[in-house]
Amino acid sequence: MTDTTLASGPAGPKPKPAFSRRNIIIYGSLIVICLYYLVPLYVMIVTSLKGMPEIRLGNIFSPPMEITFQPWVKAWAEACTGLNCDGLSRGFWNSVKILVPSVIVSIIIASVNGYALANWRFKGANIFFTILIFGSFIPYQVMLYPIVIILREIGLYGSLTGLVIVHTIFGMPILTLLFRNYFTSVPEELFKAARIDGAGFWGIYFRIMLPMSLPIFVVAMILQVTGIWNDFLFGVVYTKPDTYPMTVQLNNIVNSVQGVKEYNVNMAATIITGLVPLTVYFISGKLFVRGIAAGAVKG
Amino acid sequence: MQHSVSIKDLTLAFGNLTVLDSLNLDVDQGEFIVLLGPSGCGKSTLLNCIAGLLDVTGGQIFIEGKNVTWTEPKDRGIGMVFQSYALYPQMTVERNLSFGLRVAGLPKHDIEQRVKRAAEVLQIEPLLDRKPAALSGGQRQRVAIGRALVRDVDVFLFDEPLSNLDAKLRSELRVEIKRLHQRLKNTMIYVTHDQIEALTLADRVAIMKGGIIQQLDTPHTIYHKPVNLFVAGFMGSPSMNFISGKVARDGDGRFTADGVDWNLKGYEFSTEKGGEAGAVLGIRPEHFGVNGAADGMPITFEGEIEVVEPMGSDTVGWTSVAGSQIKFRVDSEFELNVGDKVKLGFDPQRSSVFDEQSGDRI
Repeated sequence: MTDTTLASGPAGPKPKPAFSRRNIIIYGSLIVICLYYLVPLYVMIVTSLKGMPEIRLGNIFSPPMEITFQPWVKAWAEACTGLNCDGLSRGFWNSVKILVPSVIVSIIIASVNGYALANWRFKGANIFFTILIFGSFIPYQVMLYPIVIILREIGLYGSLTGLVIVHTIFGMPILTLLFRNYFTSVPEELFKAARIDGAGFWGIYFRIMLPMSLPIFVVAMILQVTGIWNDFLFGVVYTKPDTYPMTVQLNNIVNSVQGVKEYNVNMAATIITGLVPLTVYFISGKLFVRGIAAGAVKG
Repeated sequence: MQHSVSIKDLTLAFGNLTVLDSLNLDVDQGEFIVLLGPSGCGKSTLLNCIAGLLDVTGGQIFIEGKNVTWTEPKDRGIGMVFQSYALYPQMTVERNLSFGLRVAGLPKHDIEQRVKRAAEVLQIEPLLDRKPAALSGGQRQRVAIGRALVRDVDVFLFDEPLSNLDAKLRSELRVEIKRLHQRLKNTMIYVTHDQIEALTLADRVAIMKGGIIQQLDTPHTIYHKPVNLFVAGFMGSPSMNFISGKVARDGDGRFTADGVDWNLKGYEFSTEKGGEAGAVLGIRPEHFGVNGAADGMPITFEGEIEVVEPMGSDTVGWTSVAGSQIKFRVDSEFELNVGDKVKLGFDPQRSSVFDEQSGDRI
């Protein structure tokens, strides 16, 4: 019979003190970082809910004494940029009209690109891929003017369609890389099995690969939505005042030099503009992390 | 008779690297061929070429008399089972089985019948509504076999199908594959690096090394009459004993090495010459007679036991003779102790002699 009585001294899990040096450093730095990001947001929200007299008091951290939604209404529907006085709403719908087609088209093309590059190693695939990746290293500024000329020649300069084409093309390198790496991580035998089962290029893409790759599509969607929604440079260069996207319009509202600086309206306008990417993150955050972990980093 | 699969002068090279070099292989109708070899010997590559998943650099492939060298995989009349199962993760077992048939656009009624029959054969009927993630390794591999089964093909290709399974399941499924072959009588080509699978399943085994088939013969011949040192060393566990020396080709033939001079009476030389400059004598560990059992053997010698390895069903003892370490296998009831003297005996008829330089059997 073995002796089962425990000897004195350590037994079971090692106790972990709540205030160890390690914990203080970890939680301390996390709290500082949180404050760094959250305090500005807090200031924006409280300021946007105050009236101008209250703002003039200068207590930017104090909560509003009288909550008013007037700045939000004004930012959305009444703020003036140049001759137009219909607020951000015009820019919002312009941005939506730019965003939806560019995201859909760029993801469709890039996913097929990535699939072909990963699974159908056609002749010249490597050269094609290298050129594509190289393209993503060229600074946008270099290409601004040539694209202006190209768009002018094909008669799309200043139109939303032109901007959609530009966004689709500029999204290609990074999205193709993303999809290629993801599809490369799909076991090759799966692809072989599908070929023996008789599925062709599109059959394998739609029936095998697509249903397996929801996470990477979400990642691509988030990247594109935030990238295109937040774009300022292309928006200001390739559109006209009538077709300005939301970011450009926000800039024009915030930076208008005439009259009184309406901080509350500016804050409200900024939050409204940031709302779309924020919503996308909150809805698909979990899938985003999973997709990144599943293949976006690997490769 | 027409060969089921016929490979003529097949060469496959990736750039400068030649994986398969002018390979020829004829597989008879209903034959079970195992391609066996160490990793990197080109056995899986050969299978992929037969399946049509790799374009060949040269040569031709015939299946059922039809030249399929340029034919798409789906039109070759083959079904393939992969090591990683390669089940479509988002489809149920039923959808997995029927995928190929749906792609081919078969009528619904036909598909149902075929899936049902395959599921019956493989006893996976209760699993039809499950997704692959909810199956065990053995069940997944059964479904993978089923996927080849429903397509009603002439030739089954297996690419190390049991390598991902644990030892117990592996031996169970091995027997099942053998049963399946006896029942279906299809031609099967099976790639593995496991010699037990090769010996138990095959009608004929093709041992490959460096993209070349070293020996193609029945498991029995391969085991007992290996054509060269590579095959001799590769087949069998514990592996064959090799003793270096020289062979004199006078009379019955004599093998001489450090302190031994053995008359090879009974050994059937397959060549007239060879081994005079250097030869290797190969004896399987289980062909030694020990102590009493050694008495009647034509050749006997004594040694001291250096290491004892009990394997459960039998015991392996190590000793040395003529400067080489050798191992011998005895029943596990047999008592072996380190330091004991043992008398070992063997019959040259059951040994193999190779030329040291070429490595070929003489």
